[in-house]
Amino acid sequence: MQKYSVFSLIKNAFTGHKDWEVAWKDPAPKAEYDVIIIGGGGHGLATAYYLAKEHNITKVAIIEKGWIGGGNVGRNTTIIRSNYMHDENGLFSEFGMDLWRNMSLDLNFNVMFSPRGIINLAHSDAQMNAYSRRGNSMRLNGIDAVLLNREEVKKIIPMADFSENVRFPIFGGLMQPSAGTARHDAVAWGYARQADSMGVDIIQNCEVTGFDVVNGKILGIRTSKGEIKAKKIGLCVAGSTNVLAEKLNMTLPIETHLLQACVSEPIKPILDHVVTFGAGHFYCSQSDKGEMVMGGDLDGYNSYAQRGNLPTLQHVLTEGIAMFPFLSKLKMLRTWGGIMDMSMDGSPIIDKTHIEGLYLNCGWCYGGFKATPASGWTFAHTIAQDKPHKLNEGYSLNRFSTGHLIDEKGLGTKTWIS
Amino acid sequence: MLYIKCPHCGLRPQTEFSYGGDATVKRPELNKEISDQDWDNFVYLRKSPRGKHLELWQHISGCRQWIKVERDTLTHEIFTTYKASENI
Repeated sequence: MQKYSVFSLIKNAFTGHKDWEVAWKDPAPKAEYDVIIIGGGGHGLATAYYLAKEHNITKVAIIEKGWIGGGNVGRNTTIIRSNYMHDENGLFSEFGMDLWRNMSLDLNFNVMFSPRGIINLAHSDAQMNAYSRRGNSMRLNGIDAVLLNREEVKKIIPMADFSENVRFPIFGGLMQPSAGTARHDAVAWGYARQADSMGVDIIQNCEVTGFDVVNGKILGIRTSKGEIKAKKIGLCVAGSTNVLAEKLNMTLPIETHLLQACVSEPIKPILDHVVTFGAGHFYCSQSDKGEMVMGGDLDGYNSYAQRGNLPTLQHVLTEGIAMFPFLSKLKMLRTWGGIMDMSMDGSPIIDKTHIEGLYLNCGWCYGGFKATPASGWTFAHTIAQDKPHKLNEGYSLNRFSTGHLIDEKGLGTKTWIS
Repeated sequence: MLYIKCPHCGLRPQTEFSYGGDATVKRPELNKEISDQDWDNFVYLRKSPRGKHLELWQHISGCRQWIKVERDTLTHEIFTTYKASENI
């Protein structure tokens, strides 16, 4: 594989940039693989990469219905954080933070990781107490957390509404300075390029139509490009998990819901952190191009539509304007939607299934992007070793029946309430 | 904007309604021996189909009645609405 560097850039400039190698190939599927990963999104591509890199398993195919990076890895608001209270989520995400910090070097691809810090605003004494507890839990797990009072928040984001007579005055906030953003497409492309160079077949425009399961053991898949055999198969399909589960006669603790995001017209630099509104569900950052990147609540009903309705967008942006009044002056540039695999406790599932050789990675709710490297790393381990890693032991499929839920937000099973 | 025909009030915008989830999920009967698996099915497991979905909505800013709505989860088309008490 051609290494990307300033030297390769200069070298290729002499030939008018016409001789760059393709970043990944477009192979036809082989008859058999050691491992098939279904879903060419961030998590699937990362899983294939870590299977090859960490476990030396390179006879791997990624099967993608559309094109790689066309789903949620290209539709999110690019926020990366590990500000969780529960040990399972905190330790898993903080492991991911280390992978994020090294990702550009590791993948030889600039993912533009920008650890600019995230601030969760608090709007009451009770919320300050809750953030204090969460911050302490984070620090016990080795994650950086700083509790900010109103004045400290005002120094960092003076453009927020600090007037006295507002419905939700800012009392302070919890900050994770090491959190940030990254360029989401580059994450998908970087993993794809490295996985391809180590022998992984990335097969796009190939839909899975069925599974061959005999005596409780997976033997292969049926696709729009023919049958493919495999000893092990990993599902990494986020919002389409229930659709494939139905083909496997499985019912999962997952509902598929619609989440929207939007960006404003680009403006001059004003916001150099990620900020979330604490009295509702709204988050905002400014992209390198200057656009305000915003998101919030689910649309609130089961959906596979990948496009949203305006009432939710209006609701979310009303919260945004309550937090940052200047947003009301901006024109909207783009809005879009993606479908979320909402689990019944808000935490993911990375586990084996009752079918031998079939592995499940789903339930990422709104938080899939930041988990991309840790999810791929632990899922690759789970597949290669046929048992979960310590980091994803808590993300078991049977925790719902055994009662070992990881309900970070305390929302229970009504996933559409946020 | 979705428009939902409340069987009591007529066609109204979605902002008058509140979502209540899968209407086909049945609570296990009271005062009977129920297996853990049955509770699991009721509390946590969902089909979440791509296509026709029978779901509960409450006309919260209207007559406050719970209703059943048959809706396509891919196209958001609403086919039929029923009173909550209607057997389908």
